[in-house]
Amino acid sequence: MSLVVRGITKAWGGFRALDGVSFEMESTGLLGIIGPNGAGKSTLFSVVSGFIPADVGSVALDGTSLDRLGPAARARAGMIRTFQVPREFHHLTVRENLMAAAPGQSGEGLLGLFLRPGRVRAEEDAIRAEAEATIDFLRLAGVADTPAGRLSGGQKKLVELGRALMAKPRLILLDEPFAGVNPVLIEEIMARIRDLNGRGIGFLVIEHDLDALSRLVPRVVVMDRGRVLATGTPQAVLADAAVREAYLGGAPA
Amino acid sequence: MEAYLVAIAIIGAIYVLLTLGLTLQYGLTGLVNFGHVGFFAIGAYASAIVSMQGVPLVASFAFAALLAALAAWPIGLVALRLRDDYFAVVTLGFGETVRLAITSEKWLTNGVQGIPGIPRTFAGLGVGLPGALATLAAITLVCVAAALALRRITRSPFGRVIEAIRDNEEALKALGKDPARFKIQVLALGAALAGIAGAFYAHYITYLSPDQFIPLVTFYVWMAMIMGGVGRVSGAVVGALLLMLFLEGTRFLRDIAPDAISGVAMASLRLGAVGLALILFTLFRPQGLVGDYTRR
Repeated sequence: MSLVVRGITKAWGGFRALDGVSFEMESTGLLGIIGPNGAGKSTLFSVVSGFIPADVGSVALDGTSLDRLGPAARARAGMIRTFQVPREFHHLTVRENLMAAAPGQSGEGLLGLFLRPGRVRAEEDAIRAEAEATIDFLRLAGVADTPAGRLSGGQKKLVELGRALMAKPRLILLDEPFAGVNPVLIEEIMARIRDLNGRGIGFLVIEHDLDALSRLVPRVVVMDRGRVLATGTPQAVLADAAVREAYLGGAPA
Repeated sequence: MEAYLVAIAIIGAIYVLLTLGLTLQYGLTGLVNFGHVGFFAIGAYASAIVSMQGVPLVASFAFAALLAALAAWPIGLVALRLRDDYFAVVTLGFGETVRLAITSEKWLTNGVQGIPGIPRTFAGLGVGLPGALATLAAITLVCVAAALALRRITRSPFGRVIEAIRDNEEALKALGKDPARFKIQVLALGAALAGIAGAFYAHYITYLSPDQFIPLVTFYVWMAMIMGGVGRVSGAVVGALLLMLFLEGTRFLRDIAPDAISGVAMASLRLGAVGLALILFTLFRPQGLVGDYTRR
């Protein structure tokens, strides 16, 4: 069971944002993606999650091709992404943001809403309880009833993570999940990610914080200028001369 | 005087229905519908035409709602592919297209000559006050039902999703939900409300012609929504009633000083007054009278 990305190329005019990117991961595993700004990491996420169509290349999850599916269908196939710049539902409260993410709600259909109010209420109670637990874990209890648009950047990141968890995916694509989050909480979130991973949820993580990432994932893909530069353990790729050239400008680590 | 007040109340209630429909579409879902009058016209003509063929009014009203909702379907399919501003242009064009179709399809609508002698609601009670009061009671009942249904929607998972569409459609897709399905339902539902409003209008005024369905009607509804409070059910009701106050209040002005202002000048003055009110609202109370969705 795995996520297989093969030969993804995406160009805008003469600019090749992605140039034949391939990698593979266990869909229950942990994989990091690092690389300097403009390396194509977030674009890769958008292609894999179906928001941007690839010019060439294919994406398959657990043996099923996702190439013909749009973003919503790919998410329903079990792969939920977050965004580098948080895209919270800004007028909905934090609690509503999380509750909106729960899959398969019969109250989202007008017929169910008006004809089976009892069932909708029971579902809502269950979803609210689940959202409450997620809010507690992410330490968002103080702002649970605050419109998400009023939160700090770090808190919005947590809302995105919370929504992704509420969607019950098999694989979560996290785009810089620790940006703007306080260091103590980063440790806790990493612990939670490990815990969730232990229960079979896979994570593909873009992160600038190399130090944090190397403590979280056993393996990283290094990207530069739209290409995969190296793949391996964090220690091994950091020792790689080409990676140091691209990432650190050749300076000794 | 009673007859006059009842007449204002009925027209006011028609605007309440129209505003509730737009509140669902724009206030909650963020769909910029500038062609609301088109659905209103479809409902009015649909109910008028079939009722004059002997169809009972209850059925003709249902037909009006259904036809307006069906007309929203292709608009919905277009909406899925367009950004907000382009969708606004398409709907504006839709409203005008409906009016032009009514003007030119004489075999069906009698063109600019219009359709006179449309059967009244509660015709059994006569032309006077009792029939009008019964009509007012009926439309009030429909308004209350629509407001309650809308309130139920705003506090439901469906309401959560459409507000999420308004706030960030891409994020909703990333969570595995298709905005398309919801947008089409919202457009159809809002259009059905406008269709019912049109049916009430047809059977109350008893005469229809294309010049009753100009884009100004759409913008009156937008004004009502903005003055009341965007995205709030109570705002739709308050705003529509406030709109009537402006439209009819300026009429009183003329009764007080009949010689000072001509009819034509009065019509312009009325528009000016509503425009000024809108400007003052956006400047000093942008959230509307009862507050909008940003200040819950």
